Amino acid sequence: MLEINSLSVAYGRQLALEDVSFSVRQGEVVALIGPNGAGKSTLIRAASGVLPALRGNVRVDGVELKLLSPAERARRLAVVPQARNLPPAFTVFETVLLGRTPYLGWMGQASETDRKCVWRALQHTQLSALAERRVGELSGGEQQRVLMARALAQETPILLLDEPTTHLDLQFQAEVLNLARSLANNHHKAVLMALHDLNLAGLYADRVVMLVHGRTQFVGAPHEVLTEHNLTAVYKVPVHVMPHPEYGSPLILPDGRSPEPVEGRGEAQP
Amino acid sequence: MILVRRAYLINIAILLTALTLSVAAGPVYIPPGTALRILLDGLPGIALPVNWPETFSAILFKIRLPHAALVALTGAALGGSGAAYQGLFRNPLADPYLIGVASGAGLGAVLAMAAGLPSSLLGMYAVPAAAFLGAALTVLLVYSLAKVGSSLPTTTLILAGVAVSSFATSLTSLLMLRSNEELRRALGWLLGGSILGGWEPVMAVLPYIAVGLGALLVSGHALNVLQFGEEQAEQLGLPAERVKALLILAASLTAAAAVAFSGIIGFVGLIAPHAARLLWGHDYRRLLPLSILGGCSALLLADLLARLLLAPQALPVGIVTALAGAPFFLWLLRRAKNQAYW
Repeated sequence: MLEINSLSVAYGRQLALEDVSFSVRQGEVVALIGPNGAGKSTLIRAASGVLPALRGNVRVDGVELKLLSPAERARRLAVVPQARNLPPAFTVFETVLLGRTPYLGWMGQASETDRKCVWRALQHTQLSALAERRVGELSGGEQQRVLMARALAQETPILLLDEPTTHLDLQFQAEVLNLARSLANNHHKAVLMALHDLNLAGLYADRVVMLVHGRTQFVGAPHEVLTEHNLTAVYKVPVHVMPHPEYGSPLILPDGRSPEPVEGRGEAQP
Repeated sequence: MILVRRAYLINIAILLTALTLSVAAGPVYIPPGTALRILLDGLPGIALPVNWPETFSAILFKIRLPHAALVALTGAALGGSGAAYQGLFRNPLADPYLIGVASGAGLGAVLAMAAGLPSSLLGMYAVPAAAFLGAALTVLLVYSLAKVGSSLPTTTLILAGVAVSSFATSLTSLLMLRSNEELRRALGWLLGGSILGGWEPVMAVLPYIAVGLGALLVSGHALNVLQFGEEQAEQLGLPAERVKALLILAASLTAAAAVAFSGIIGFVGLIAPHAARLLWGHDYRRLLPLSILGGCSALLLADLLARLLLAPQALPVGIVTALAGAPFFLWLLRRAKNQAYW
C-alpha cells in the first residue's frame, strides 16, 4: 500500500505540492488528474523518492520511503516515466533487463531467472518480436511500452505511471491501461497513474485524485469527482458529462462552442 | 558472446604486436623475434640459449620496456577515463581533460617551477608531482563548484570545468609571460610529453592507474543504468549521486596520473572509446575494457611513429595521435554512418 501523508514539495522557494494526502491500496488503480502544472508529475517523482519532501512523507506498507536505500525502494515501487531521450543504441531487451537492477549485484550479472522475468515483461507488453531492435528505431508508443516492460521487470507491488498514454494511439492506450487494470485485478498491484485524458481516468480508475495548484481538490470515485460542476470550475471551460454507453463511467465532452477565456492556470512545473 | 570474445582477442593481439614493435624499434634495432626471445628469457624459470649481444638485453630491460610500459599505462588511462567521462556526462565530446585535468596539471607544473621546487625537494619528480596535484585539485574545485545541494547537475559540471580550465590556462600563460627558460621547459615538457626514462615513473603511476581503472572496470553496469539519466537510475535502484562521485574520482585520478608523467596527450581519450563503440557497441561492461585496450595499442603505435618518423629526432607523441588517429577514426565513422551508434 502506498500512502501519501500531508506531503509538501518545493522547487526552490516555489511550492509545487501542498499538504497532499491519499493512499493507493493493493489491487486498486488511482488516477491522478488536473490541469497542466497542477503537480501530477511532481507527485509521481516525490512518490518514487527522487524528490525530497518539504513536509509530510510517503510510506510504502507503513515504512517511510526516505529510510529505504534506492535498491530497496526500486524493489517496492517501479516508475514508468514519459518516454523522452532514451539511450537509442540499447536494444529493447537490454533496456528492459535494466529493470532488474535492484536485484542484481554491482557488476549487473543477470541470471536465468532475470532473463525469464524480462521475457515475461516483454510478452505482457507485446514487445517480444521487437526484443533485439534498438530503442532509437522505435516509435514513441513502442518506446513507452518498453518503459512499461522495464517497470514490470522490477516486479514491484506498486506501479507509478507518469502519463503512460501520451504517445500512444487508441489501440495501445487501451492496451497499456488494460494491462494496468489487470495488474491490479489479477496481480494485486497498487497502481497510481497521472493521466491527461479525463475519459480514460473515468474508464479505468477506481478512484480519482484531482490536483489543482499542487493541492488535492477532489478525491473519490470517478462519478463523484468528474462532474460538470467540478470540471468547469477547475478547467474553466464548460463541459458536458454523460454516462459511458456500456460501462456507465463518466464521459467528458468539451462544450466547444463558447469557451470562456482561460485564466489563472499557473505553470508550476520545472 | 563469441563476438565479444573475438573483440577481446583481436584487441589483445593488436596490443601484443604494438608492444613488440615498440620495444624492437629505436636507434639500435632489435629484431622483433629476438626481442620476444629476450623477454621470454627474462621471465623467471625460463632460460633460452643466449644468441644475442649483451647490449640488447640491457637496452630492452633498462630503456625500451619501461618506456613501453609507461606509454601503455598512459594509453590505458586515457582510453578508460575517456570512456567513463563520455558515459557519465552522456556527451560524445567528453574526453579526459573536460573538467580540468590538463589545465590543472599545466598550472601545477609551472607553479612548481616558478616556486623553484625542482632541484631541491623531489628531484626529477617535482614537475610530475606538482602536475598531479594541480590536476587533482582542479577537478576537486570544479566538482565542489558544480555541486548544488546534494546533487551534481551534469551541465553545471561541464560548464564549471570549462570555466575553471580557461582560468587555469590563462594563469599559466600569465606566469609564462614573465618567466625564465626553465619555466618554459616545464610546460614544454608537459605539452611535448617527452617521457621520463627508467622504471621509477612506471612504478610511480602504476598504483593510481591500477586503482582508478580497476574501479572503472567494475562499473560498466552502473554506467549503463546512468545512460537513462540520474533520476531514472535512482528509480531503478542505483544510488546515482554517490556512484557518479565515485566514477568522477576514479576517472580523474587515472587521467591525472597519466598526465603527470606523460604530458598532455590529446585525442586518444576521445577517440579510443568511440572506436570501440563503433566496432563493438555501446554496452559499457565491454566498452570500458575495450577502450582501455584500444587506448593502450593506439598510444603505443603513435609513440612508435613519433620515434621513427623523423629519427633520430623524436616528435611529441600528441602530434602523432591526432595526425594518424584522425584519418583512422574518420574512416571508421564513414563506415558506420548509418547506425545510431551513440
